[in-house]
Order: sequence, then structure tokens, then C-alpha cells
Amino acid sequence: MRFIPLVSSLLAGWLLATPAAFSQDLATVRIAYLTQATERPPALSNLDSPPDDEGIAGARQAISDNDTTGRFLHQKFELETVTVPEDGDPTQALRELAAKGQRIVVLDLPGEAPGTLARLPEAANLLLFDAGSTDDSLRNALCAPNLLHTMPNRAMLADALAQYLAVKRWTKWFLVVGTRPEDKLYAAAIKRAAKRFGAEVVEEKAWSEDHDARRTAQAELPVFTQGKRYDVLVVADEVGDFGDYVMYRTWDPRPVAGTQGLVPTNWHRTHESWGAAQLQSRFRSAFGRNMLPRDQAVWAAVRAVGEAATRTRSTDPAALMAYIKGPDFTLAGFKGVPLSFRPWDGQLRQPILLAADRSLVSVSPQEGFLHPKTELDTLGYDQPETGCRPR
Amino acid sequence: MTIRRLVLLSALLAGCALPALADTVASTIYVSNEKDNTLSIIDSTTLEVTDTVKVGRRPRGITLSADGSQLYICASDDDAVQVMDLKTKQIIHNLPSGKDPEQFALSPDGKLLFIANEDNNVVTVVDVTTRKVAFQVDVGVEPEGMAVSPDGKWAVNTSETTNMVHWIDVEKQAVVDNTLVDARPRYTRFTKDGSQLWVTSEVGGTLAIIDTATRQVQKTIRFKIKGVTQDRIQPVGIRLTADGRYGFVALGPANHVAVVDAKTFEVKDYLLVGRRVWQMALSPDEKRLYATNGVSGDVSVIDVEALKVLKSVKVGRYPWGVAVKG
Repeated sequence: MRFIPLVSSLLAGWLLATPAAFSQDLATVRIAYLTQATERPPALSNLDSPPDDEGIAGARQAISDNDTTGRFLHQKFELETVTVPEDGDPTQALRELAAKGQRIVVLDLPGEAPGTLARLPEAANLLLFDAGSTDDSLRNALCAPNLLHTMPNRAMLADALAQYLAVKRWTKWFLVVGTRPEDKLYAAAIKRAAKRFGAEVVEEKAWSEDHDARRTAQAELPVFTQGKRYDVLVVADEVGDFGDYVMYRTWDPRPVAGTQGLVPTNWHRTHESWGAAQLQSRFRSAFGRNMLPRDQAVWAAVRAVGEAATRTRSTDPAALMAYIKGPDFTLAGFKGVPLSFRPWDGQLRQPILLAADRSLVSVSPQEGFLHPKTELDTLGYDQPETGCRPR
Repeated sequence: MTIRRLVLLSALLAGCALPALADTVASTIYVSNEKDNTLSIIDSTTLEVTDTVKVGRRPRGITLSADGSQLYICASDDDAVQVMDLKTKQIIHNLPSGKDPEQFALSPDGKLLFIANEDNNVVTVVDVTTRKVAFQVDVGVEPEGMAVSPDGKWAVNTSETTNMVHWIDVEKQAVVDNTLVDARPRYTRFTKDGSQLWVTSEVGGTLAIIDTATRQVQKTIRFKIKGVTQDRIQPVGIRLTADGRYGFVALGPANHVAVVDAKTFEVKDYLLVGRRVWQMALSPDEKRLYATNGVSGDVSVIDVEALKVLKSVKVGRYPWGVAVKG
């Protein structure tokens, strides 16, 4: 909200300053952003209320970045945002965007929704970015040739954590799984990662809702975390219901990792290397808060379009799509290495941050996990493992 | 100019008599330590840190004034360029710099300082005598590298997210042309005759040689080091010898300095240095190259004639910029 006047005043100021540049026509790239309002489930831990503009703020930041570059090439970027109400239908919203001539749509939707949308007949000629779902299924059976992913999937996150724990030789894991379906998917990714990187889940327990952790965490968690000997407790609690209460309350003195504690993520406020500090600071000054993972995934999608427009010097959607999916595309994403899309499943390869609340602990891939092409492909589903049919 | 020539001459004369390891003329090396808010001062004859001086917050780019009596220091988190008197090692005043200054370049006459303001997409030009902002120029997202052509006509800036070299006509005080380069251009340097501009792209992993007359990329150089994956090769700092023989390129986390033949543009050698090699400076006689290694917190001393690393000197945390005074 506060960003729009800022941009328009900047634009206005610039118009006044350089009328000559603007007398030439600016070619426009249109990008749509589609999200759906969701009810946040009640959680035990309600310390941070999630901002209403997570995701969309990333789109606005990227549009601003694209426009600054675009003015040297007489290009301008236009964002249309659609928020479907909780009981609304994203399918219909996408149809309407397509009918209005939108060709590039960033989907900030959870679960399998992006896979469903990509299969609509109206979506056949669109380029869709999945910037909101970590579902592994979208990179496998539900993959689609018109669907790219800037959000890392659960397997990438779990592999990133597993590599670090392997380096630390903390290879015996106690896995605590929440009650929601996505917690089970996260746990599945953790178990897959354990196999891949030589760790072992020695104990697995399901957290059930009848534990009243807030009132009696001291009493509940020590007992709950008794079991076999382990090195690290891995928690799968994606909505942040109870995970924050596990730390410091385990029976044995053990670190906590996973969805809480040491967290593998695509973005975190502690990340400042490779120029990330600049992105963090311009985001903070525009939106008055820290950049969050969905902001970054949406930012990367909109920036990918901007980068394609710069490199091809074109605003034609077909040319942009071809370039983004082609072999020459790379994106500078403040992660120290060029980011690119995997041709087999459309996933953006990227380093994964391992962050604690106030410090960036490490960045995966870890040194020593080798790969013939790029070490980034040691995270997630590599070409030989993909369940995505040839596209 | 005359002073430098004199120093160079005496350096050359003295050089004949001394063994290779000893510096030909005593010089002083200044290194900014980004995470310590200090400057390490190294004596070139002993190659030891003689003093560590407190400066502003997050010091990065440093450069000597035209007469060599002062050092300009980008204190990024203080939003200032500090001016240090090198005799007293005291900060004598601050220059207005705009927000978050990281790199800068001095005009050949030593009067104008061109400062890249990373946070707000402008280049601020400061008159160092009046200590006032002369003018500001809008550039791309995250302006970073700065250089001024030897004739003072061009000031160029690289913007890291826009991926362009912006050509500022100093007389017109405006951007008149842009050259697209590979991803995240971080550093740029003119050749001594001003005919070429060298630009490194950190994420692209390349070095672009741009023809100043046409402002077109003339040649793009890639680097390849055995046992180092391609995505770790992230070129940053550049130094060119005045005789037109070598270009040195610091390759960041690849932990090597590339030696480029400045005539054929072939990569002659890769010198193993410390971790995350960042910026470099040549000694006044150009017999030595000093390179800052951010992660290992030291400075590598390179013999330019032998193309060998002689020594590494421990400095503060995250050494960033380096300048050598004859």
C-alpha cells in the first residue's frame, strides 16, 4: 500500500527530470500475480503475526527493480494482482486473467493448486511460475511444461539440512511430525534426505493436538522426547503450531532443526552476503518489514521476466518465455551463484540457507557433496530421479 | 603526476640493486577491514602490520588523494566518505557521499570523487575541495563499480542488478549510453590509455573488455580452474599494469587471481591466494600486487615479475579495499 505512492512519485519525478527519454514509447511487459486468501490455523505460537502482503510485496519490489533497468531500454513492467477470496476459485481467476490477455502469471498458491491450474486448456499458452508451493508432487507427477518453480520444494530444503547435519556428523535423527497433511509431506522429504545422505531416523513420533504445550510444556515435552539415543531432533511443523516449544525442552540436551530451530529456507533476514544486504535493505525501506520466503520466490519469478526482457531486448511474451526456458537463462539472486531452471522439472536451482533466528548458520550445498554438472543439483530431484515425464 | 613519475623512476633505479624479495622502494599499504571498522597499515619492507586505526562503520572502498597525502574511505554504514590525513592517521573530515557508499573513483585532476550509492540507485559526485555535492546522476539498480577515464571525459558506473555499464558524460553530467554485460558487474577499470574498459561480472563469471570509442563489448573472457566448479568463479577486483602487459583479476571464492595477457586477452596463469579474494592494488613500482582475502582475513603479496605469491599478511576481519602509497 505505502509502496504505490512511492513508485508513482518516483516515476513522476523522473518524468519531470527527463522528458526526452519518455517521449519515446515505452514497451510494456505485463505480469499477473495470483494468490488466494487463506485462514491461518490457530497456533500455539502466535508471536509473529504474518504480514498480509507476503508474496505480493516481493512482486512489487521486483517490478520496481525491473523498471529501473527497463528505463535504459525503454521497457516498463506492469503488474496486475488478483487475490481470490478464501471460498473463491483460483481456476476461474486464472481463466479471467488469460481472457484479459495476460501471458505470464505468478502463482502464489499452496499445495497442488499450481499443477491443477497449469493443466487448464486456457493455460496452455501461458507461462506460470509457482512461487508459493513447496510440494514435491509438482516437480514430479504433477509437473507441467508451462509451469516453473521459483520456490524450492520440500526435498531441496530437506536435502540442504541433511547435508549440513552430515557434515556435522549428527546423523541420528529424532523426527517429530505435526498433525497436518503438509507436516507429513515435510517428514517424508526428511526421511528421503536421510537415506540420500547417510543419516538415520532412529525414532519418529507424531505430535498430537491433545498436548497442551503452552501451559505445561515443561512437563509434556521432556517426556515426549524420551526415546532412543539421537543427535538432533528434526521437527515437521510447517504452520508453526508447536515447533518453537520443542527447543530447550527436550529430555536430552539436543539441537532442534527442520521447520523450527535450524531452518532450511530460500530466504531469511540474517542473509546478507553476495549483495543480499542491499535487497534486504531496499525491501525494508519500501515495505517496513523483513523480506520473507514467499516474497523472495515471487521476487525471483518477476525478476526472471525482467532479466529475460533485458537480455532479449524484447517485451514479446513468446520471446521472453522461450528465453526463460532456454539454456542461456540465468538469474542473479543474491545467493552467490547464478540461478537457473532445471530443464527436467522447471525447478529453479538455488542454494538453500540454513538459518537460526538471529544467525545464518550455513548455506547448502555443503562443500564436498559433488555433482558432475552443478553442486546445486545435489539438492532435490536430480535428472535421473525425476518423476516428471519428458517434456 | 610528476611526483608519481619521480617515485616510479627512483623505484626502477633502486630495483636493480635489491634482491627480488625486498620491495624496491618502501611503501605503505592500507587495507580496510569491513567487519572490524578499522584500517590495517602494512610496511612493505617488513610486510608486517605496523598499525591498526579505527575508522567509520563498514569501511570498504579506499583510494588515495591525487597528492597521496590523504586517504578517502567509504564508511558504508555511516553514509559517509571519510578523509584521513595519512601523516597523523586522523580522520580530518567527512565528505557528503549519499547513502551507503561502497566504491568510488577520483577524477584524474583529483578534484571530483564519483561515488556509487548502492542503496538508492544514484552516483553522487563530490567536489573534494569544497566538500559539496557537485551533482547526482540516476543509474541502474545497485550501482557498484566506478571508474573515470584518464582524460576525465567519462565516468562509468556498473549496476549490479541492472547488469549494465552506465556511461556518464562528465561535462553533460548525464548518462549518455549503456552497455549490457553479464550478471552482477562489480568492478571496472580503464586501461592506462583509456581505450578500453575492463568490467568483471561476479555471477556471470566473466571479464568484459569494452572498447571506449564504440562502447561495445569487444571481448568476453571466461575463466577455468582445474578442481574449481564454474559457479565458484566470481571475478571482482581488477588491476592493470601501466606497461600494458598484464591484467589481474581477483576471482572471489575461487581463491585465485587470474593473470590475463592484456594484449592477447589470454589467461596466462591462476595464482592461488587466500579465501574470497576481493580487491587488489599494485605497488608504485608495479613489482608487487597486494590482494585482500575477505574470508581468510589476510592480504596476499604477489611478485608481479615471477607471478608467484610471496607471503600472506594477517589483517582484520573481512579485509575489503587496499591502497598503496609510495
